[in-house]
Amino acid sequence: MMLTVAARKRRGDFCLDAAFELPTPGVLALFGRSGCGKSTLVNLIAGLLRPDAGRICLDDVTLFDAQRGIDVPTERRGVGYVFQDARLFPHLRVAGNLRYAERRATGAHFVGLDAVVDLLDLGALMQRRTHDLSGGERQRVAIGRALLTQPRLLLLDEPLAALDAARRDEVLPYLETLRDQLALPMVYVTHRFDEVLRLATHLVLLGAGAVLAQGSLGAISLHPELRSIIGPDEVGAIVDGRVIGLDPSGALTRVRVGRGELKLESPEFAVGTALRVQLLARDIIVSTRAPQALSVRNSLEGTILKIDDDTGSDLLTIDIGETAILARITKVATCELGLTTGMPVWALVKSVSLRGHAFMAGSRDA
Amino acid sequence: MWLTADESEALRLSLAVATRSVLWSLAPAIGLAWLLTRRRFAGRTLLDALVHLPLVLPPVAVGYLLLLLFGSRGMIGGWLLRNFGIELVFTRNGAALATAVMSFPLMIRAMRISLETVDGGLEQAARTLGAGGVDRFVSITLPLMLPGVLAGGITAFSAALGEFGAVITFVSNIPGETRTLPLALYTALQSPNGEHAAARLAALSLLLGLGGLLLSEYLARRVRRLLGR
Repeated sequence: MMLTVAARKRRGDFCLDAAFELPTPGVLALFGRSGCGKSTLVNLIAGLLRPDAGRICLDDVTLFDAQRGIDVPTERRGVGYVFQDARLFPHLRVAGNLRYAERRATGAHFVGLDAVVDLLDLGALMQRRTHDLSGGERQRVAIGRALLTQPRLLLLDEPLAALDAARRDEVLPYLETLRDQLALPMVYVTHRFDEVLRLATHLVLLGAGAVLAQGSLGAISLHPELRSIIGPDEVGAIVDGRVIGLDPSGALTRVRVGRGELKLESPEFAVGTALRVQLLARDIIVSTRAPQALSVRNSLEGTILKIDDDTGSDLLTIDIGETAILARITKVATCELGLTTGMPVWALVKSVSLRGHAFMAGSRDA
Repeated sequence: MWLTADESEALRLSLAVATRSVLWSLAPAIGLAWLLTRRRFAGRTLLDALVHLPLVLPPVAVGYLLLLLFGSRGMIGGWLLRNFGIELVFTRNGAALATAVMSFPLMIRAMRISLETVDGGLEQAARTLGAGGVDRFVSITLPLMLPGVLAGGITAFSAALGEFGAVITFVSNIPGETRTLPLALYTALQSPNGEHAAARLAALSLLLGLGGLLLSEYLARRVRRLLGR
């Protein structure tokens, strides 16, 4: 089960030439700066734009193939679309908007009106007029409407970009619920990395119409191309961990990460819960000896994989078994500690610095 | 009734002709407005100019062209007469046709203005929800351009009530068949001692026009509220 896209599209001076795959189900984030071609790409998948060349397939269905002359029209692609500006029909109430989609659904039925209303808490909104809704409510209705077409793939084009911070936080949990409760593949366009961190399982980095890198979130978090987009302060490895229990003190949650273990100050999670943790490179201290008598709670033993120059300092990639993390240190420190590739080191992370970066990974990963 | 028999006959005839003319032109006008606003095709500019021609031609010229085309020996008129027995010259149907042609540009204009405010993004959204072309037009475009359809209909109706030149040229001035209010008014002015009758007919026209404008404003407001604008 797979979404495969390979498409070329020229629009004036801009040329998009991108190829990527999403093993479904999963959430693929199309991430990049504004104007890099993210929205063009989802419009090609939806069929609202026609590629000059290429192929788009969803599972075993070909949606577009320039060579074989296949171009399934948008209305028959079975692809749901949530627009940045919601695009609710102003002459219909919320219920009317939902039923509009429900009546025209064609694909295999997997979610009913009642389930969608429950999932997105739309019950109280049903009789409201669309222009009386807040931005967050509009987006929830738009998501529900897209779901009711029983799509095989859901496209979301910056659904939170037009919302203020409070409204964003109001809608985000619903998107997480969607990911965890419906096994529906999604392509999520965004230029905000925190949304990627919370929602995505796969990441495609776009720059100037081309795919710079693609892969699992963990793998791309180590990728140099990402650094140039999100800036040095946000750089950090994203690692998947699993809750193994509580610290003897009872205040910290123990999470297995690679060969080592992290202690998180976080709400209680059940043992076995999959957690996604971002370890910011600037928050990591590197020691060449096993740490003793330090207040830092977390140390991960590993080996230096490589040392990169990054905006005046050194960025170490440290293999911690199964996965790797990034640490930013000064060039002076690299020199004085005599760090070289292949050297065993300990990465120290203050447990406090993990706060706010622990996210439930999709339940399907568990 | 405080209207004379002739007056009420002219009034009824005017209303009948205007109603018929609006009903006939509504569907073609909606189609053409959509075509001219949303589609790019060869000959679009020419079609646009043709539609607007009655605005700039002398009404008498339009009436004359109608006679050439729709007269009993005209290209279309002869065909209609032979195959369907439909006669347009000297009939109220002919009067309705003449007023429809004259008021068509006004109707189209109102519809196009309204259609241009309909967000194409909503039609795109309807596509992604599985609505095909006709479905999309009926379920999204048409309801959203309804203010323009109403405004166009009412404007065209009011204009149809007042159409004179094309009507008198095409279908003449026959009492009880084609003598609408403006024609009755003209006839009154032409006859000696007709001034009083003319004044009454003018007042009647004025009341009708004013009523139409007020009704149009009221309906437009209702529809706008219904569409949430």
